[in-house]
Amino acid sequence: MSRIGVAYDRARAEGRAVLVGCMPAGFPTVEGSIAAMTAMVEAGVDVIEVEIPYSDPVMDGPVIQRASDIALAGGVRVADTLRIVDAVAATGAPVVTMTYWNPIEQYGVDAFARDLAAAGGTGLITPDLIPDEAQEWLAASDAYGLDRTFLVSPSSTDARLQMTVEHCRGFVYATALMGVTGARERASAAAPVLVSRVRAVTDLPVGVGLGIGSGEQAGTAAGFADGVIVGSALIRCLLDAASLPAGLTALRELSTELAAGVRTPAS
Amino acid sequence: MSVDTPAATVRYPDAAGHFGRFGGRFVPEALVAALDELDGAWRTAIGDEAFQTEFAALLRDYAGTPSLLYPARRLSAKIGAQVLLKREDLNHTGAHKVRNVLGQALLTKRMGKRRVIAETGAGQHGVATATAAALFDLECVVYMGEVDTQRQALNVARMRMLGATVVPVTTGSRTLKDAMNEAMRDWVANVDSTHYLIGTAAGPHPFPALVRDFVRGIGDEARQQCLDLVGKLPDAVTACVGGGSNALGVFHAFVDDPSVRLYGFEAGGDGPATGRHAASITGGSSGVLHGTRTYVLQDADGQTVESHSISAGLDYPGVGPEHAWLHDTGRATYRPVNDADAMAAFELLCRTEGIIPAIESSHALAGTVAIAPELAAELGREPVVVVNLSGRGDKDVHTAGEYFGVLDKE
Repeated sequence: MSRIGVAYDRARAEGRAVLVGCMPAGFPTVEGSIAAMTAMVEAGVDVIEVEIPYSDPVMDGPVIQRASDIALAGGVRVADTLRIVDAVAATGAPVVTMTYWNPIEQYGVDAFARDLAAAGGTGLITPDLIPDEAQEWLAASDAYGLDRTFLVSPSSTDARLQMTVEHCRGFVYATALMGVTGARERASAAAPVLVSRVRAVTDLPVGVGLGIGSGEQAGTAAGFADGVIVGSALIRCLLDAASLPAGLTALRELSTELAAGVRTPAS
Repeated sequence: MSVDTPAATVRYPDAAGHFGRFGGRFVPEALVAALDELDGAWRTAIGDEAFQTEFAALLRDYAGTPSLLYPARRLSAKIGAQVLLKREDLNHTGAHKVRNVLGQALLTKRMGKRRVIAETGAGQHGVATATAAALFDLECVVYMGEVDTQRQALNVARMRMLGATVVPVTTGSRTLKDAMNEAMRDWVANVDSTHYLIGTAAGPHPFPALVRDFVRGIGDEARQQCLDLVGKLPDAVTACVGGGSNALGVFHAFVDDPSVRLYGFEAGGDGPATGRHAASITGGSSGVLHGTRTYVLQDADGQTVESHSISAGLDYPGVGPEHAWLHDTGRATYRPVNDADAMAAFELLCRTEGIIPAIESSHALAGTVAIAPELAAELGREPVVVVNLSGRGDKDVHTAGEYFGVLDKE
């Protein structure tokens, strides 16, 4: 079983959900992003999702776009991402990488899988790669024992849901709503329905993401999902802060709140 | 004239939208259901006589097609080729793009959707979409890079007069590619009510094939018109290539005519060697952008590189996947045309024929000037060349006026 699977099993035994926290690699700097991800782990985030910054992130809302732009303007490279994965994996927390497909295609799919595995990464979340186009990645992830997390959506048909889940390993990413990343005021009504549809076809853990930003929302999501994925709200802690230390303080506070949230699942 | 026959369409791309190693779908799962719905609606429409009749009537009565094929005698004498201009510049809204938006607007209506969104660079596709939306009583939102809204203020005004909402995009490089990102984000959030009316033969399947089929009347008409005019097929067909819809539109009817050479002229900007250009095939490499695998201007990490061209309509760092495939198979030849050569051809057409072309189309003219002696040498006679004059230059008067220094100082 993958390290992500172990984290999910442990959380399940504790009667809670896994908390997944997302941060773009190299935001605000390479060292700053390592400090941020380490702070998140120390404050109770179970799994770190490292997003590779990309020039054209069509699944991301304004917060992640801004953070990605800052990282790219700072000169972060895909190779730096692997160094960050390596450093954060050393904390003991599972580290999964989220990436649009073109950076991987240019690095070389097999070479990236090899280097990600060597850096201690558990696998990839691929927002714009659907299993239909993933032959190379299916082979490379098998070769290097990496997890594959494809996205399922409220608009997925039953047939596509089943097909997508069959190609997943580690966990399934259920997008809670129709839209891009970014915290929302209201909880999604579509999310519980989607999660139960996924559960009907797989025993894999299901993480739910998009729109979750507070401890209360994390608790709500923990009531029906195995994992709660938070990105924009965490990133905003750093974007809105006057300095990196101030940002890290805010990041720790929100991480603590979210960690408490996934431990008090709404029934 | 019929848009397509099912037999011709199923030939390529394959069922999943692949043109050889290019094309396909690199999109969030959330969009797959809508793309499948669109694919189904399009395939049904192709075989549906009622749809074809309605589309043909719109093209004839509203858009003003078939467009003329005009023997440009003074230009021909200057460049040593018999040039036949396919006058898409005379269509309603001033370019070939009206064919695509009318076809997609009809499909939108068939799918029961009430809202269309579009991306636009120079504003031509935005104006065309706003036009079709007005005609079909659809809500219309156009995403346009903030930089472009300033460069093309008149087109912003046109879209608003037609009832569209123009959203300036302030992310990334604030140009066409970012407008396309923002339109994709809107679509992911509103896909139940909304059709994304993509303006070129790019994006995820079925858009590249669907757009090609809606504009292929250009080539179907030109092929017959050429036979009627000169009694034989042309030796070459030329077009400019940004995303590539006008080129595919004119190429498609000739792909199975081995004697007809196909030339696509990309925007060479300051010259491909300078890095300041928009020639994705000449100066790019295979990658994934905006939902499809094609030639992309990118760095070693796969980050999209900004394109540059004097022509806003060609200023895009990718190209439709069918062109990538036609390049790989060798069926079509792609070459860059620098800004300066395009502008020289712009002036040449103004002065020889009394036609002010779009700067986009001027790239096709400049490329034709360049290949005319090569073709003549190869054939041992004057070549016959169909040039797709894809749009008129009204929108470019300010840019060209500044370039040639013919604007009075304030």
